Amino acid sequence: MQLDDLNALVAKHVGARKKIVLRTCMSAGCMSSQADVIKKNLEAEVKAQGLEADVEVRRVGCMGFCGQGPLIGVDGLSAKEKLFEFVKPTDAPAIVGSLKGGACDVQAGNPDHPFFAKQMRIVRANGGIVDPERIEDYLAAGGYQALHQVLTEMQLAGVVEEITKSGLRGRGGAGFLTGLKWGTVAKSAGAKKYVVCNGDEGDPGAFMDRSVLESDPHLVLEGMAIAAYAVGADQGFLYVRAEYPLAIARLQTAIKQAKQLGLLGGGIFESPFNFNVDIRIGAGAFVCGEETALMASVEGKRGTPRPRPPFPAESGLWGCPTLINNVETFANITAIINRGGAWYAGIGTEKSKGTKVFALTGKIRNNGLIEVPMGIPLRQIVEEMGGGAPAGGQIKSVQTGGPSGGCIPAAYLDTPVDYESLTKLGSIMGSGGMVVMDDATNMVEIAKFYMEFCMEESCGKCIPCRTGTAQMFHLLEKITQRRGTARDLAKLEELCDMVRHTSLCGLGQTAPNPVASTLKFFRAEYEALLQPDPHGPRANGSVKTAEAVTP
Amino acid sequence: MKLRVATVWLGGCSGCHMSFLDMDEYLIELAGLIDLVYSPVIDVKEFPDQVDVCLIEGAVCNEDNLEILRKIRERTRVLVSFGDCAVTGNVPAMRNPFGDDNRTDVLQRAYIDNTQDNPGVPKADGIVPQLLERVVPVHEAVYVEYFLPGCPPPAARIQEILGQIVTGQTPKLTGPQLKFG
Amino acid sequence: MAAKTLIIDGKEVSAEEGATVLQVARDNGVKLPTLCHLEGVYDVGACRLCLVEIAGTTKLLPACTTKISEGMRITTDSDRLRKYRRMTIELLFAERNHVCAVCVSNGHCELQTLAYSLGMDHVRYDYIFPKWNVDLTHRMFGMDHNRCILCTRCVRVCWHIEGAGTKNVAGRGATSKIISDLNQPWGDSESCTECGKCVMACPTGALFNKGTTTGEMEHDRDKLEFIVNAREKQQWLP
Ligand SMILES: Cc1cc2nc3c(=O)[nH]c(=O)nc-3n(C[C@H](O)[C@H](O)[C@H](O)COP(=O)(O)O)c2cc1C
Ligand code: SF4
Ligand code: SF4
Ligand code: SF4
Ligand code: FES
Ligand code: FES
Repeated sequence: MQLDDLNALVAKHVGARKKIVLRTCMSAGCMSSQADVIKKNLEAEVKAQGLEADVEVRRVGCMGFCGQGPLIGVDGLSAKEKLFEFVKPTDAPAIVGSLKGGACDVQAGNPDHPFFAKQMRIVRANGGIVDPERIEDYLAAGGYQALHQVLTEMQLAGVVEEITKSGLRGRGGAGFLTGLKWGTVAKSAGAKKYVVCNGDEGDPGAFMDRSVLESDPHLVLEGMAIAAYAVGADQGFLYVRAEYPLAIARLQTAIKQAKQLGLLGGGIFESPFNFNVDIRIGAGAFVCGEETALMASVEGKRGTPRPRPPFPAESGLWGCPTLINNVETFANITAIINRGGAWYAGIGTEKSKGTKVFALTGKIRNNGLIEVPMGIPLRQIVEEMGGGAPAGGQIKSVQTGGPSGGCIPAAYLDTPVDYESLTKLGSIMGSGGMVVMDDATNMVEIAKFYMEFCMEESCGKCIPCRTGTAQMFHLLEKITQRRGTARDLAKLEELCDMVRHTSLCGLGQTAPNPVASTLKFFRAEYEALLQPDPHGPRANGSVKTAEAVTP
Repeated sequence: MKLRVATVWLGGCSGCHMSFLDMDEYLIELAGLIDLVYSPVIDVKEFPDQVDVCLIEGAVCNEDNLEILRKIRERTRVLVSFGDCAVTGNVPAMRNPFGDDNRTDVLQRAYIDNTQDNPGVPKADGIVPQLLERVVPVHEAVYVEYFLPGCPPPAARIQEILGQIVTGQTPKLTGPQLKFG
Repeated sequence: MAAKTLIIDGKEVSAEEGATVLQVARDNGVKLPTLCHLEGVYDVGACRLCLVEIAGTTKLLPACTTKISEGMRITTDSDRLRKYRRMTIELLFAERNHVCAVCVSNGHCELQTLAYSLGMDHVRYDYIFPKWNVDLTHRMFGMDHNRCILCTRCVRVCWHIEGAGTKNVAGRGATSKIISDLNQPWGDSESCTECGKCVMACPTGALFNKGTTTGEMEHDRDKLEFIVNAREKQQWLP
């Protein structure tokens, strides 16, 4: 298909739109509160109230304010967008009635709330606006223009150069420079190359990637296609965890639609460029998000990491050069191509460019997904956008980076959110989980929670991670049960160092972080739990004595 | 003044003490260098005060073991875990993997299932000590200075470490002398 | 192939391109502790005992999977490495139920030997004492999960030397387990050819010939080496 045909299709689609649009969030969050029933009821009500000519009910992806969901957005009624929160299926008549000026007591949201106003939406630009199951909607929002531009106007090297210029860093956690990675794969010799999108998203509390895949699947596909063109690949794999059935279904639909329009498959935009994408479903192991484990899993093997080098860029899937990027990384690509690397590099800080999506959760008033420019002070996110701790609470700490990250104490809330600043505080940017904790939170329990997670998710391949995390968890349990001594704490710290430096992959290497960071800032909480040993200061620990045994 | 040395037998098979006796003529030499103030091989009822070195055979299996061990720790300058049971828990600790009810289960097996006459778990408060929930090596219960592994430690190995102790060196075993089993 | 010069523990040595740090170390008489490495099968870098320091990187790298390069400066022994190695071994002993005194491999066990050569006189971590079983369903061999250190040598010889593909790893983390076929009793395995290579490969008392008692199980590594030599170098005579 040529661009003209595509534009004609879009014009027809846009022409058929109605005056008023009821955008119904049908992402996993709102779906779990019957968003599908709400949509059906709204449609029936529109018909019943005779508004079919003017009103359409549109399925959209996540609007971000998931804590207030189910959400309905109304466009075209007044100059300003209207928002309904906590919608129930029985609210349909009132909501539709309100379009004609009827009374409606459904809670109205405020689109000017700092939660929305402070956001900068690049990755999530279409989230909550386009219908993720209709490619026409994505096309109408300017979709696949970047791919067209790349295929018709840009050299391979030019694409890599533009991404390099943007300063984009991988959003999967480590923050590796994306342009550099693309350049390496592009330069790697090999007749066959692959592009892999990492949608494993296993951090507890994280749902950024799920939301992007559910709300705007074509954005990721287009990013992958551009990457494939730039590095010389013709096959892509989208690795998504099985716990994300809606994302998988929407991706399948999206791939089918893109193929029908010749935007994926052979001879894209009638150029010599071919690109196919297949979905691979992960069984939900956290470690399968690690790139070498993920590739083993794609190859059909047990998902365990292997030592690097060789890096995937030189030897990845089936030994071929492979580009692997995170969902959010790919979701940034079209904007960079459309608006230029220089534009993107203008957002954020010196070393952290662009925006970052966070899943804001925990002891905070406003939960949900936010996209903010890099460098924004943590305080603005937590206090202004998040609205601070719920009544009576005081924010104590913010956890970023999930099980690989750390806890930033409230005293450091003015820290700008960028890769370097967070690392300096012993945490990491990570993939975007942000859990706010209030003063009722026990930090040793938090450390124990994450250690238990790492222990259970360790693949078991290397000794330090497999048994080190088990011992660290055991020590933390001893301490929280008030059975630990200073000697146990010393052992815990020694293990933190050892596991970090000797584990094979990132899981083990970062597993000690939550302990190390809480020890750094909240050491007193650990010490308060320690027991002086009744058997002298030199005793090793305490022994559980028996209650009577009566067989 | 001669070193005041004790040896004690907790949850073990007495093999380590047999191996101790296997030091043969060195025992005679040793007798001239130390005072053996408490041991299963001599008849002293109460663990004395101001002991310099105590070799501890056996794992910590019951409340009696634990009580005497704590007393020993208070009254002794240097403790040596003597043999694998003391160092690792070894065979006595093989009941631990059987979970929280392992005490009940082993007693049931030993005193009821496998007996022909008078099945029943001996019970006499204050005389028969209760088993601990789990068998632990000595260093999990009290601080231990030195370790002498082996099941049993060969006589030569015991002689080596005792020789180091009586000549005032820091006891140190290396290489195969540290072999477990 | 081109030769490379490099420095191991201050000594200048040269070696063929493509060699691993471990090969070069061993060729030059430098001792490095290993557990998951086995001559004749590919390396997985899992036990982390062979980690070495390499100038220019802050990361410790496994000698068995790291290829040499020109001018590499390698340190195989330092206080830090020694400490980590001892901790690694201690963690293994605390992880499952090793009772050397009553083990078929007592006296012929790589783990036991490593423990004493690294100076391990006791284990500072609390023993976990997990419950594991012993699979005695096979006609000729037994598998004692209490003594398995998950080095996957058995899995690799089974797939890549024998080509039977009977052995595998199931589960995650500390509950990982060596299985036969689809986690069936070994005796029910239809793919097992009864070649015994896994038993030869096992560094500990986890895999043994039935009928051997305490201290009797010697793993016949020579036989494996013979097969590998015969296959790779066509040398049929020792
Ligand atoms: C234990 C572990 C889990 C990981 N999980 C994910 C994940 O869920 N999603 C992801 O994109 N990257 C994950 N990563 C990072 C990937 O290995 C890899 O660095 C990333 O996909 C590269 O993409 P990027 O450069 O776009 O960030 C994980 C890494 C580790 C060590
Ligand atoms: S660090 Fe943990 S997850 Fe990574 S390879 Fe080792 S055991 Fe597996
Ligand atoms: S496998 Fe080795 S270390 Fe384990 S009990 Fe047997 S001899 Fe001891
Ligand atoms: S059975 Fe033996 S060879 Fe196999 S993983 Fe366990 S210790 Fe290694
Ligand atoms: S899931 Fe509906 S707003 Fe996020
Ligand atoms: S021998 Fe190199 S990691 Fe095990």
